[in-house]
Amino acid sequence: MRAQFVLSEIVVGLRRNLTMTFAVIVSVALSLALFGGALLMREQVSTMKDYWYDKVNVSIFLCNKADAATAAKCAKGAVTAQQKEQIESDLRKMDIVETVQHESADQAFKHYKEQYGDTAIASVVTPDQMQESFRVKLKDPEKYKVVATAFAGRDGVESVQDQRNILQNLFDLMNGMNIAALGVMGLMLVIALMLIVNTVRVSAFSRRRETGIMRLVGASSFYIQMPFIMEAAFAGLLGGAVACVLLLVGRYFLIDHGIALAEKMQLVNFIGWDAVLAKLPLVIAIGLLMPAVAAFIALRKYLKV
Amino acid sequence: MIRFDNVSKSYPKQNRPALRDVSLEIEKGEFVFLVGSSGSGKSTFLRLLLREERASQGQVHVLGKDLARLSNWKVPHMRRQLGTVFQDFRLLPNKTVAENVAFAQEVIGKPRGEIRKAVPQVLDLVGLGGKEDRMPGELSGGEQQRVAIARAFVNRPMLLIADEPTGNLDPQTSVGIMKLLDRINRTGTTVVMATHDQNIVDQMRKRVIELEKGRLVRDQARGVYGYQH
Repeated sequence: MRAQFVLSEIVVGLRRNLTMTFAVIVSVALSLALFGGALLMREQVSTMKDYWYDKVNVSIFLCNKADAATAAKCAKGAVTAQQKEQIESDLRKMDIVETVQHESADQAFKHYKEQYGDTAIASVVTPDQMQESFRVKLKDPEKYKVVATAFAGRDGVESVQDQRNILQNLFDLMNGMNIAALGVMGLMLVIALMLIVNTVRVSAFSRRRETGIMRLVGASSFYIQMPFIMEAAFAGLLGGAVACVLLLVGRYFLIDHGIALAEKMQLVNFIGWDAVLAKLPLVIAIGLLMPAVAAFIALRKYLKV
Repeated sequence: MIRFDNVSKSYPKQNRPALRDVSLEIEKGEFVFLVGSSGSGKSTFLRLLLREERASQGQVHVLGKDLARLSNWKVPHMRRQLGTVFQDFRLLPNKTVAENVAFAQEVIGKPRGEIRKAVPQVLDLVGLGGKEDRMPGELSGGEQQRVAIARAFVNRPMLLIADEPTGNLDPQTSVGIMKLLDRINRTGTTVVMATHDQNIVDQMRKRVIELEKGRLVRDQARGVYGYQH
């Protein structure tokens, strides 16, 4: 069979059903954009987990002079040099500890300045408000409790924090958004599939004369069905392309420009363009195949061959 | 060419079977009229030939093939060896005469060069030479039926099935169509034609098969339409 003949049938078919075709394109585009977004979000979470879990495990904050007046746990005054040495040597003796890093108040102040830059809060903070701390990296981050029970409540220790807890909230939030995105995607996918089925039904009905004649002159069922499947695949392909554009534009406005999260959250290691680009072939492939399969299934029901 | 062995066909939700125990044989090159009142089973007979339906009982052989054993995906290939003509012409209104005829070749993947040669040839044969670029709507009923016959014949089928081809035409035009079908029959193509047209059957003096309430009641060589009509 000849490509030109088939192609002209497809174009005629799509034009005849312009509004439906448009609806299919939009719904496929939205569901695929959400699908791609969810994939990227998951990748973002895992990048951040790798990055942060590697950097922080447990922080033991020590009392400073300011705490001595306000925090109950520091009632015995600021931490002494002897207490500090004791804590550090105890930490180093523990099997589960991999590295111990001491952060002085000055260093903490410097980091704080780096993080918050010229914001209003950063300008009123002074070095002596910052806490000295031990940054402890564990061989197994899950063993946080052992460190916590050993050092919490000790003289000179203000608090023991598993910094993963702070991050965990963020990750939970992102995972929640991820699940929500997947849920909406599922819904959009169902809508897209129903639209495709309906489009196929309408076009099969409006072309029953042609298909009937095709049947009479002995066209194979593949030949009769192919224009419908190609139409659906073509609309899906356009939808997939729109989804790709949405993902690229989304990353551009969310991270680099517009909302520009990369500027506002400099500590976060955002996923790069390569990660986005890597998802596009998958999005396109699903956009092409899913409507084609849906059309094929719909044809079994609505087109007698 | 065609053999029916004790063929019955009943449709669901209908008490009376549409065909009851029909046995007959049609040889290659025959011209056969299929007559009978409405509801006598003519349409079912033709639908069985085209394998739009399967027999409930008995065997239908067309072109040497047992249609009950023919798998679905082979049906199109079988239909390529048949030509079909209907009362309502069934032309595509948005295609020209030549495109309508070419359609039958395009859908079975004939090369373009062959189509360009075959279409004018067959249009000449049916007497429509020079009207290739007209639309079906611009033609008279008789001319439209000629286009349909050209389309049915362009692939040179072994068997031509015509379901009341003159049903929508005036007597004079009908005679022209019958002459055309006769000419096609003389090329060796078997023709099976269902009809209500008494004059035509009586004039042509071909084999007549009459169905009544699903039963074969008459099979007469060089027959006439019937006595009661």
